[in-house]
This record gives sequence, C-alpha cells and structure tokens, in this order.
Amino acid sequence: MSSTTGLSVLSVVATALQVLAVLAGAPLVVGGMRQVRARLEGRAGGGIGQPWRDLRKQMRKQQITPQGTTVVFGLAPAVVAGSTLLIAAIVPLIALGSPLDPAADLFGVVGLLFLGTVALTLAGLDTGTAFGGMGSSREITIAALVEPTILLAVFALSVPGHSANLAAIVSATANHPGQLVSPGSLLAFVALAIVVTAEAGRLPVDNPSTHLELTMIHEAMVLEYAGPKLALVEWASGMRLTVMLALVANLFLPWGIAGAQPSVLAVPIGLVAITVKVAALAGVLATCEVFLAKLRYFRIPELLAGSFLLALLAVTASYFFATPTN
Amino acid sequence: MTQATYNGVLNLAAGAFLLAAVLIVWRRELRAIVVLLAWQGIALAAIPVTEGIYQDDAALITVGVVVLLLRAVALPLLLIRAVGTEPQERRESTPLVNTTASLMITAALTVLAYAVTRPIIALDPSPATRAVPAAFAVILIAVFVMVSRRHAVSQAVGFMMLDNGIAATAFLITAGVPLIVELGASLDVMFAVLVLGLLTGHMRRTFGGTDLDQLRELRG
Repeated sequence: MSSTTGLSVLSVVATALQVLAVLAGAPLVVGGMRQVRARLEGRAGGGIGQPWRDLRKQMRKQQITPQGTTVVFGLAPAVVAGSTLLIAAIVPLIALGSPLDPAADLFGVVGLLFLGTVALTLAGLDTGTAFGGMGSSREITIAALVEPTILLAVFALSVPGHSANLAAIVSATANHPGQLVSPGSLLAFVALAIVVTAEAGRLPVDNPSTHLELTMIHEAMVLEYAGPKLALVEWASGMRLTVMLALVANLFLPWGIAGAQPSVLAVPIGLVAITVKVAALAGVLATCEVFLAKLRYFRIPELLAGSFLLALLAVTASYFFATPTN
Repeated sequence: MTQATYNGVLNLAAGAFLLAAVLIVWRRELRAIVVLLAWQGIALAAIPVTEGIYQDDAALITVGVVVLLLRAVALPLLLIRAVGTEPQERRESTPLVNTTASLMITAALTVLAYAVTRPIIALDPSPATRAVPAAFAVILIAVFVMVSRRHAVSQAVGFMMLDNGIAATAFLITAGVPLIVELGASLDVMFAVLVLGLLTGHMRRTFGGTDLDQLRELRG
C-alpha cells in the first residue's frame, strides 16, 4: 500500500517537474538556438536569456485588441499555451509512469497538437486582415500534410512494442536498443525530423526571423497580437518546439529516463538527461538551419509528401521486416 | 556471420535499395538521379555478397562483385557522360506528373507490391524472401519513372532501375543466380545503355535536344 502511494507521489512530482521545466526552459531553448546561429554566422548574438527579456518587456505593455475581433482572437493564445502544457504533462519526458498515463496515447497527443494549430489559425482568420488570412491558409495546408505523417512515424515505432502508448514505446526502445538501427526506425527518424521542422515553423519550411510578410507563415497569423497576448503566443511557440524536441529525443534516445516507479534519485537524473538531450538536438537543428535556405512555398507540399512516403515506408518496414526473435 | 547480423544487413540493404528508388522519384536533377542509381547499385550488390558470406558460397560473392562493378560504377559513368554534355539549363527533367502526386503514387505502388507478394512470402518464409516486397516495389516504381519522365536520360535511369529490381528479386527469391546467367543479363543491360547513349547523342546533334515530348512531328 505504501509503495503505491510512494509511486504516485513521486510520479506526480516528476510530472509537475516536467511541466515547470518546459515552462521555464522553452525561452532558453529558443535563445540557445538563436545564439548558436548567431555564432556560426559570425555575429555576437543577444545571449541565451534574450527571449526571457523580450517576454518580460512585452508583459509590461498595454493590451491592445483590434476592432472587430471576437472571443476567438482573445482565447487563442490561452488555448495554444494550455494544450502545449497538457502535452508536456502527458508525454514521458522525465519519468515513464505519469498519473495521466492512460491518456498518453499517440492519437491524443497528435490531436492536442492539432488543437493548438487550429486555435491560432482561427485567430488569424478572425482578424479579417489579408496577411492573417494568408498565414492561416498556409499554416493549415502544412498542418494537413504534417499530422498524418506524425501519426504514421510514431506508429512505425510502436509496431515492435505492440502498443500505441508513448510510455510503452519508450520503454520498448530502452529495452531493445538494437531496434534503433532497423530500417523502420531510421526512416521514422528522418520523417519525424522533417515533421518537427514543419510543425515548429523552422527552416526550410518557415523562417522564424523574417520581416517580409509575404514569406511568413506562422508570424503572419499573429501579426495583430500585441502586449501580453503576444508574449503568451511566442512562449507557446517555444514550448511547442521544446516539447516536440523532447519527444523525439525520448523516442530515439530513451536512456536516462526515470522508470515507472521512480526513486528519489532517478527524478533529478531524468531531468538532467532530458535537458542535455533537448539542448543537443536544439544545437544540431540550429546548425543545420545555417546551411539551409527557405523553400519556396509551392515546394513545401513536395517535401511533406516525401516525408509522408518515408513514414509509410517506415510502417511497412516495421511490419514486414520483423526479426524472428519477436 | 550470425543469423541476427545476416537479418540486419539484408534488411538494411533492401531498405536502402527501396529508399534509393524513392529518392530517384523525388529528385529532378539529372546528375543527382544518376548518382542515386549508383548508390542503388551498391545496395543491390550487398545482397548477394551478404548471402555469399552467410552461406560460404564463393560464386555468390563473385556475382556480387561483378554486379557492383557493372551497376554501381560502369553504367552510371556512361550515363553521367550523357548528362555531362548537356547545356547547363537542361539539367532538370520536367516530369509529366508533378512531384507530390508522383510520391503519392509511389506510396500506393509500394503498398501494392507488399500486397501482391504476400503469397510468395507465405510459400517459404525466410529473411531473404521477407525482403522481396522491397525489390518488387522497385520494379513497379521503375516502370512508373519510365512512363512519367520526358528526358531520355531519366527514362534510361528508369530502365536501369527496372533491371536492378529484377536482379534483386532474383537474388532474394532464388538464393543465388548462377554466374553465367548474371553475366548474360548484365551484358544485355550494358548493350542497351550503350545504344541509349549513342541514340541520345544522335538526337541532340539532329534535333538540338533530348526532350522526347518535343519529338512529335516529322521533320522534313
């Protein structure tokens, strides 16, 4: 009896720690990527803490709402931030067994990601401006191609473990590291890498630091936000990137994660492990961005169709290349 | 070589084989397509070499080396020479079906290949036959590439990919092709590519281009 209460207390602590770490660390991840890019391009950069300073500056500004917008425009930043924090609580980042484990289904997580995307898309349409509509239509085109690919790629990883529960997938990979070099996992990794860059709005799909409105996808939707709501939208974008990088890190490099019944020592180790993994992935992503140019918009469906095909090949490879030991 | 290593290497080779075919559909630059064909030849050669090492069969390893020299080195070199003399702006081949639709059709062809070869795998389930769907998918994708491209060199690449796919299916299903049969088939392919290269040069001198869709009218 005491062991089960011990399990639930430490799991709840680990889940709360996950959410707090994503909240506090997301601007640092964005700042770190900008700093890596700046250094590689020969600039001094603003420092890793610059996004935190920007958030603080925007929080102090006056809240301005454009005329003619409705409650959709007002609620969208909260919906995006809330859905991202819920994903951060569900997916296994620090420990495997969270209290929300029955909901840690692949389809639930993808649905929550899509909920955030749709909320911002509707807010962009709600403003009634030309740029908002353009950004929303581009974003939903990309999202329509990206969501099936995420589902297929993570499904390919779930085939060896026979379960779509994310904690089960991570523990199956941790117990059989040889699966990582199978064709299914490699193809799924490439497909997920393309998907993360598309979903988080990074190069080559979308340039997050562009000032030219006609080339914007994500920023065009949020052009009309100002003050605290803009701070919340930017924070939520950073959190989405952090959560997706952490999920990819744990799916393919699951070592260091605390078990389903974590001990008091395993939780800080899990926190340090996920921080190191996310920092490394963010650095690699920023380095690749330096050498890439933004794709022209009509070429993005080609790239996403290619990643969908790779994810489909990953699923067929996982099913049909099953080793006799299974 | 252990059973697990044999499984793993064979799966990786078949996976790389199919991936090269998918990338040939995806990329449009002629030079890139020919380089991908060379990589596909290396993946193809890995199959008989792995089987030869696992079964301690020197003839299979010899066949693998012949396949490597021919399909990964000699034939791509011939094709690169046909591409290399193109003017700079003619490097891209404009497909009849756009890239997004081509990739979706490739996905459908892969699923079709897996569905069609299920009875064949059920006859004799072994690690080699379980990789046959990948080789069969490459055959279907190669026919699609030949049909949906305009440029003569792209169609030649499709033809060579078709022959690669047939060779891979033969290696995987029959567990070893005799050296004489493989040499005969390779000689056929080499002659076909030589003729295609000569024809491409002749077309370019006579008509000023190798875009086959523009060769619709009779010249007086």
